Amino acid sequence: MIWNQNKECMSIDQMHDLQGKRLQKLVKKVYHSTPFYRKKMQEMDITPGDIRTIEDIVKLPFTTKQDLRDNYPCGMFAVPNSEIVRIHASSGTTGNPTIVGYTRNDLEIWQECIARCLAAYGLTNNDIFSVSYGYGLFTGGLGAHYGAEFLGATVIPASTGNTEKHVKLIRDLGITGIASTPSYALYLAETIEKMGIDVKELKLRTGVFGAEPWTENMRREIESRLHINAYNLYGLSEIMGPGVAYECECKNGSHIAEDHFYPEIISPDTLENLPAGQKGELVFTTLTKEGMPLLRYRTKDLCSIMEGECPCGRTNVRISRIMGRSDDMLIIRGINVFPSQVESVILGMPEFEPHYQLIVDRINNLDTLQVLAEVRKEYLSDEISGMLALKKRLADKLKSVLTVSVDVKLVEPNSIERSSGKSQRVIDKRIMK
Amino acid sequence: MIIKQLSIFLENKGGRINEVAKTLAREGINMQAFSMAETADFGILRLIVSDVEHAVEVLRKADFAVMLTDVIHAQCPNKPGGLAEILDKMALHDVFIEYMYAFSEGDTANIILRPTDMQKCIEVLEK
Ligand SMILES: [Zn+2]
Repeated sequence: MIWNQNKECMSIDQMHDLQGKRLQKLVKKVYHSTPFYRKKMQEMDITPGDIRTIEDIVKLPFTTKQDLRDNYPCGMFAVPNSEIVRIHASSGTTGNPTIVGYTRNDLEIWQECIARCLAAYGLTNNDIFSVSYGYGLFTGGLGAHYGAEFLGATVIPASTGNTEKHVKLIRDLGITGIASTPSYALYLAETIEKMGIDVKELKLRTGVFGAEPWTENMRREIESRLHINAYNLYGLSEIMGPGVAYECECKNGSHIAEDHFYPEIISPDTLENLPAGQKGELVFTTLTKEGMPLLRYRTKDLCSIMEGECPCGRTNVRISRIMGRSDDMLIIRGINVFPSQVESVILGMPEFEPHYQLIVDRINNLDTLQVLAEVRKEYLSDEISGMLALKKRLADKLKSVLTVSVDVKLVEPNSIERSSGKSQRVIDKRIMK
Repeated sequence: MIIKQLSIFLENKGGRINEVAKTLAREGINMQAFSMAETADFGILRLIVSDVEHAVEVLRKADFAVMLTDVIHAQCPNKPGGLAEILDKMALHDVFIEYMYAFSEGDTANIILRPTDMQKCIEVLEK
């Protein structure tokens, strides 16, 4: 179902017009309310009057994660504290967390965006929906929660942890939809199997997954193990949280709620805009945000804008799957390697469990990449030669995809740590040295 | 005689074999024979135990990667040349052995064989 026909199916001309008007208003607002932006614009010798249409956006300065850190905690807020009704914070592993403030209006837009997503996945007010993102400072839990309530679904704030109890609730309450990270979905499937419950007897049919990049092979794995349709939900806390973009029934790219979030794809090197179809860094301008509006925020997520109309009827532009984050990218002996490439190889081979870990090290001044993989019990062999052949098959496939040689290590089942939140798939020992 | 052997995939890290032994001991399961085949980073522990089904159950519960394999249990006199006689027969009839291990009890030597062709191996042994 299309939740907001007017905005999701708006003609391209009308949308550009709307975006242009909203951008004009936004630039005026930040110029007068956020010293950071006024200073940047003065340095670049531009004034709000220079921004007339959405095409003028390229004249505006970029914003980076570092800018948010430098203005910690509330330097990027554009309204007085009395108008901020909620604050979320991102989990920074180093240094200051990123603080995001929302006005009442921001929260209303957020829940409406989530309702658009959930409706696109086929969810309605008849669904019983459990939110298994972490609740708290992270935007996933509360974001999905209020959006699902706004849709009218029955919301179960399951959060993460105590997965067995969650499985029990899924069965006993007849939960039909779930939102979580893709790695939690796999963990949930394993728990269901371990508890001896037949997944086909559950009413679960729709899964909403986000907060970490995932691959098509991961989608197939989740869909077959949980017997559901799995959809991508994209978002990031700096921009709003989940709900910035979402897949429709076509499962082919995610539509951006572009009346609120204007997307650009830039080359991370030249910072120039790239044409549709070309892969680059995704950049967002929050057209309607009041609490912490951002101009041209560099997400570090790598993807492309897709060309052509979507058969679902929505006109909002689509982005491709996130192919990785520019800061997830590993450079191994000068070659760019994304963990998602490894995932796609491992999940493409039925012999392996969908859990893996990359260990990067530097030995004798040479980068090494070790991939730990769990063999499914049906494919274990009693003979060393059989196991060595399997190991070689995975190593050869990885080498042909990554173009660097990989040391494969076969590990025992359940030995790679399962995670209910974001899983730690990469251990880069070079950083620690 | 065809019997069931437990084969356990283990990473080469300290104490794993000990953990298998402890898991079985807690349940009163006796290990009658075992052998370990290793590579640099993993190994396969092959076990003959007193209660196969129970052993599989407790090992799986403890997250060990255990599988069941058919092997042949043969016996010969526990004296010099006893094993050679059997192996000669195998060679004569072109029966290939993937792996084997043995243990002795008094006058009898017990041999566990994993041939590529089970049926042929049994026929040869019965000759
Ligand atoms: Zn669509």
